[in-house]
Amino acid sequence: MRFFEYEAREVVKRAGIPVTDFGFTTDPGEAREIAQRIGGPTVIKSQVLTGGRMKAGGVKFADTPEEAEAYARDILALEINGHMPRGVLVDPKAEVEQEYYAGVVWDGTRKQPVMIFSPVGGIDIEQVAEEQPDKVGRKHFSNILPFGDFEAKEVIASTGVTGSALNKLTPIVARLAKLFVENDMTLAEINPLGRLKDGSFVALDAHMDIENEARGRHKKLLKDLGVGDEETRQAREATPFELAGEAVDSQDHRGVAGNVTEFDGNLGLVIGAGGGSLTLFDAVRAHGGQPANYCEIGGNPSVSKTCGLAKLVLQKPGVDKIAVMMSIVSNTRVDIVARGVIKACLELGHDPAEKIAIFRIPGAWEEEGFKILEKYGVEYADRSVSLNEAARRAVEKIQGTTAASETGAPGLIPGGHT
Amino acid sequence: MRKDGTFIAVEVADETAADAALATKLTEACPVDIFATADGGKLEIVEKNLDECVLCRLCMDAVGGRGPDLVKILKLYDDGAVLV
Ligand code: SF4
Repeated sequence: MRFFEYEAREVVKRAGIPVTDFGFTTDPGEAREIAQRIGGPTVIKSQVLTGGRMKAGGVKFADTPEEAEAYARDILALEINGHMPRGVLVDPKAEVEQEYYAGVVWDGTRKQPVMIFSPVGGIDIEQVAEEQPDKVGRKHFSNILPFGDFEAKEVIASTGVTGSALNKLTPIVARLAKLFVENDMTLAEINPLGRLKDGSFVALDAHMDIENEARGRHKKLLKDLGVGDEETRQAREATPFELAGEAVDSQDHRGVAGNVTEFDGNLGLVIGAGGGSLTLFDAVRAHGGQPANYCEIGGNPSVSKTCGLAKLVLQKPGVDKIAVMMSIVSNTRVDIVARGVIKACLELGHDPAEKIAIFRIPGAWEEEGFKILEKYGVEYADRSVSLNEAARRAVEKIQGTTAASETGAPGLIPGGHT
Repeated sequence: MRKDGTFIAVEVADETAADAALATKLTEACPVDIFATADGGKLEIVEKNLDECVLCRLCMDAVGGRGPDLVKILKLYDDGAVLV
């Protein structure tokens, strides 16, 4: 979940990193008062969760409080890339001698945060990395072990910064790294980090993303910042289908059967287990299939929850069949999922054997699960069929090109049609 | 007394259903709320929860090990096989 700049600055301030004496408001008159308090030239910045503010006219420089008020009024009415601003940030126009960059980002491949520093700030760090690679320092660090300030010092020093600047920057970068870990962030960036005439450093802009799943652990911070529970701040608003998925998932506490994302294909997916959803979704696409949705099942959801999810997917316009696939399950039970998806078909008046392209969930209670599938004539596969192969068969089936030879393929058990 | 779901049926001997103490034990034992106690202590089977049965046998233990005699769990998808 992304923070607005004024929120990110507040997070930075709370971590003990110097910030300018900024103010946030939704009222032009109050913008004038903030500018008066600051006393001097100010910058009025639109608070939107999209890029290109400067180009769109969402950042203006004011010499007087009256100008600040007028600009705030314009900016508050200005839509940028389809976003109306949350408010405006009124910031002192700092006399900056040099702009630096400091950031921490989650490296999903290394599964560790990486600290990035550059004495060239104010522009995209990607551009600096491309044009002046020797000016970008990087260092991975543990998000479990305590963070040592020397780690920050090493990164800064690797870019050629020395002396008093190095000493003053070290605690700032160290605090940024700590706040990243403490707040379960995926991005914490100060750009630019300005060096003022007197040699002090101050955060002039900040970007932060918190791990969505960690919101529950940071209720106090979010409350303090005024972030409502209903604010998802995703790249796009949830569709009615996705909201219905959330409702299914919250119907009881048992397991997960939801987290649906809408696509426009014809193959409904009821998938999950230990990363299985992503693997299966990719596999379906790799075989030319068109998923109607992404979703996640895990943690042994109840029959009614699984049924609710399967019904939701089956009822989605354009869905011809569903594929029920997971990697090998341990706590989720095969028989419970089988009951749920078959119940969904029956309650909607469908023949489960027709509607379920493939059921490939091996693992806990599979013997009972397979008995259920046999009874309803649903084609199922055991663990000798890979996720990739199961996805291929599901796609082939929905495309109506199932080869006759497949019926006898290893691991594929045709349902007990009578 | 017997109630059927799509996958599971539950049969309770009349003497068990009428025994308030056993009814309470069954209500407390079942993790998916298949049993409830009506006013007056009589046992009720909650039909909408039948298919949530996780085949855990806790109800059978709750009636002092006289499982299938007093409480029968039938797997309708398995030709009505009785859980033992
Ligand atoms: S077997 Fe377990 S889940 Fe099923 S009715 Fe008995 S106690 Fe409830």
